[in-house]
Amino acid sequence: MFNQILVVCLFFLALSILAALYRVIKGPSTPDRVMALDNIGVNLIASVACLSILLRTHAFFDIILLIGILSFVGTIAFARFIERGVVIERKRIH
Amino acid sequence: MNENVYIDIVVAVFLLIGTVFSFLSAIGLIRLPDVYSRSHAVSKSASLGVLCTLFGTFLFFLLADGYFSIRLILGIFFVFLTSPVVAHLLNRAAYRSKVELTEESVQDDLKEFLEGK
Repeated sequence: MFNQILVVCLFFLALSILAALYRVIKGPSTPDRVMALDNIGVNLIASVACLSILLRTHAFFDIILLIGILSFVGTIAFARFIERGVVIERKRIH
Repeated sequence: MNENVYIDIVVAVFLLIGTVFSFLSAIGLIRLPDVYSRSHAVSKSASLGVLCTLFGTFLFFLLADGYFSIRLILGIFFVFLTSPVVAHLLNRAAYRSKVELTEESVQDDLKEFLEGK
């Protein structure tokens, strides 16, 4: 019974990843697409958590932390790129 | 045996709450009209959903295995800290790059503020 509930949870997470993928493809502006990609990252974190209960292992917890950090850094870089056109600014020496 | 059933029920309730919140945020991501309201739906309810899911995982491994995972606590803390920051930066970038609000919106205070500067 508990494993069936976990599979249902994974099914809902897959549906929400598909919905975010629809927004990535169709979204009219660039911030829409970046936001949907960040949502896909968050849903992947939850999927890895469900999968680690389903497999009864705690070897995947590093992956949860790693996906969180990578999604955060990537989204911040994209937001800076949309706003200013560059990601890392150069400082001029006068 | 009986204790295991109770642990499973508590963990399953947390996981179902988390995944249903993620699914509702995905419906909001499809149906809402402009980027700001979509960001409103996604940032709040998706972060609450993933927090519930990670807390259910933490409870499962704490109660069933007796394994106290500091990495899951760090993950919960990190997602809780970074999700509003990401939403703020994306909304700011969208407004600065002049993404339009939806037509039903009646008030835009930031525009007056930026033009009056």
